[in-house]
Amino acid sequence: MIAIIDYGVGNLFSLQSSFRAIGQEAEVTADPDRLRQADRVILPGVGAFGDAAEKLKRSGMDEAVRLEASSGKPLMGICLGMQLLFEKSYEYGEHVGLGLLKGSILPMAGRLPEGLKIPQMGWNALKIRKPSALLKNTREGDCVYFVHSYSATGCEDSLLAEVEYGIDITACVGRGNVFGCQFHPEKSGSVGLKILEAFCRL
Amino acid sequence: MITKRIIPCLDVRDGRVVKGVNFEQLGDVASPVELAAYYSEHGADELVFYDITASAEGRALFTDILRETAQRVFIPLTVGGGINTTADFDRVLKCGADKVSVNSGAIRDPSLVGKAAKLYGDQCVVLSVDIKRVDGVFRVFARGGRDNTGLEAMEWIRRCVGEGAGEVVVNSIDTDGVKKGFDLEMLEKVCEVAPVPVIASGGAGKIEDFIQLFHTLPGVDAGLAASIFHFGEVRIEDLKRRMREEGIPARIVG
Repeated sequence: MIAIIDYGVGNLFSLQSSFRAIGQEAEVTADPDRLRQADRVILPGVGAFGDAAEKLKRSGMDEAVRLEASSGKPLMGICLGMQLLFEKSYEYGEHVGLGLLKGSILPMAGRLPEGLKIPQMGWNALKIRKPSALLKNTREGDCVYFVHSYSATGCEDSLLAEVEYGIDITACVGRGNVFGCQFHPEKSGSVGLKILEAFCRL
Repeated sequence: MITKRIIPCLDVRDGRVVKGVNFEQLGDVASPVELAAYYSEHGADELVFYDITASAEGRALFTDILRETAQRVFIPLTVGGGINTTADFDRVLKCGADKVSVNSGAIRDPSLVGKAAKLYGDQCVVLSVDIKRVDGVFRVFARGGRDNTGLEAMEWIRRCVGEGAGEVVVNSIDTDGVKKGFDLEMLEKVCEVAPVPVIASGGAGKIEDFIQLFHTLPGVDAGLAASIFHFGEVRIEDLKRRMREEGIPARIVG
């Protein structure tokens, strides 16, 4: 069973449906016990980093996620969920993340050449930086769907793929059993479903 | 590089696609779920479901259809039509919509965009505007293009984006249905005032119209159309291939 963590951030309908579509049982849960019983854990999220980090903490899920990650269980963060895996975010102030991956989240504003809109909204082509089990069925140039205004930096040791949006933007990360996608695999058509399938085989 | 999006729009009434659709491969298809799945497999980057139902019964049917679609189709879904309150946002987001498009609802209640953006995030709120030239001025029309609101279009767009609209769909009433190309003059003005993604709608009749759109206005992020896709006059695969040949970044499926 895959546990999708529900901590009051965002809409989990599509994510749960996408796992069902690839024949995997996924449960949306706010219960740390269910996390322990799960084979794999998904940390979703949309919205603001500070607010999400606070909700994660208040629900006790921050410790539960750390515990499961340290047990070696495959964990994947999606979109803001990926950002939460890092040490820090500079979205409206400075916020502490889970610290499971090295690096920090910075606003894209000010880092992009002129003419590029924020958020990055739409399909962009993956540039694979390092072979990984998560992207083993993903080809160079496969497009995935993004909606984000902040991105991970200083994460060279976990970087798996980037996309070009004026500058290179972190798209996918992974180190050990901890993975993250800045894009939405559940909204990225068959390319996205293949990534979710690969995650289920880790 | 981020690709230019191609978006088919499906008008749905009482759970069926309005006007029907005729594809050689599919025959006559009126099921929004089947059509959405077909478009997703054939390269659509996003889908818009437009609810033109009037009755409460039809509205319930629409959310059922939406839920069913979101269980089968894994590309972004935008829902519009009958969105007047944040409760309407809630209703369609819970059924799997990713973005919600507001048009007349925002004109009736100008605080709607701001309230929805605060609750669900800017990226979720799409401002849809029907614009027509009246005595040389771009005016916003309401109720499916029937009523002149008197609002100046660029001012209206600037205001709504300021309140949190994360994307703008520009429907030119002047070019809609004419099939002679998008309203480039109008779209250029919108690109100047809107720092968010701009989606062009109204006027596409052939592949070249999209090529001209993206070549002329780099600020336009997506092209939206309905009947030319539904009746097979433009096949999305062909359109995407041509875009690539013309140096326009496009996502090719498969």
